[in-house]
Amino acid sequence: MSPIAFALVAAIAIASAIGLLVKKNPIHGALFLVVNLGCVAVFYLGLGAEFLAVAQVIVYAGAIMVLFVFAIMVLIPGKEETGPDPRVRWRVAALPFGALLFAQLIMILGARRGAPTAAPAAPVPGGVEAIGRLLFTDYLLPFELTSVLLLAAMVGVLLLARRRA
Amino acid sequence: MVDDSWYVALSAVLFTLGVIGVVIRRNPLVIFMSIELMLNAANLALVAFGHRFGSPEGQTLVFFVMAVAAAEVAVGLAIIVTIFRLRRRLSVDDLSLMRW
Repeated sequence: MSPIAFALVAAIAIASAIGLLVKKNPIHGALFLVVNLGCVAVFYLGLGAEFLAVAQVIVYAGAIMVLFVFAIMVLIPGKEETGPDPRVRWRVAALPFGALLFAQLIMILGARRGAPTAAPAAPVPGGVEAIGRLLFTDYLLPFELTSVLLLAAMVGVLLLARRRA
Repeated sequence: MVDDSWYVALSAVLFTLGVIGVVIRRNPLVIFMSIELMLNAANLALVAFGHRFGSPEGQTLVFFVMAVAAAEVAVGLAIIVTIFRLRRRLSVDDLSLMRW
């Protein structure tokens, strides 16, 4: 990861963490946290941990934050959300930024087309294969215990969420 | 290339921000999100150390931390929702009584 890219993403990560602390509305805090988690995923990519970067986006920025937003929506009867949107003008900016992203993706795909397909690389230390091998050999017991933990959490949440008489 | 110590330094900054969030905010949801911030900072440090020593064990640990964090968030949010149902208010200052 180049120092400039690192500095840029680090600045975004710290700024979004501060945003989480200072914003009064928790839904804004949750969105800032999503930005922060995305930045951490970028750092994982920079450190060569591709599997964790993908897992970070799917598990943290996806599943866990959906849970957070859901809880916020349930708990806070949003007077702020139902009022007139104070940032209508910002929505106009979404179109050029979306177009920019689309153009970027097309350019990346176009550049990929000409390149020769690379031969499958040898397993690198820290690659998915190394992690999988470690998980199913040295860390097999913790791995299985994780499944028990998730099951226990699921049953516990069901018990808690059940409406008592 | 960025030296791995920079990642560890950034992880320290993010962890500190998470601690500040837990201390200064009164909303349990925001406190929970700050805890997530701290877990992520610790994960980043683990990955950075694993990268430094060329070992996949750091990443394996992060995998477990993610699983535990998912379970923790599910249970924690269920507890918060249950408390909110009982008390109709959302502030940790009201939760000083440890009983039904």
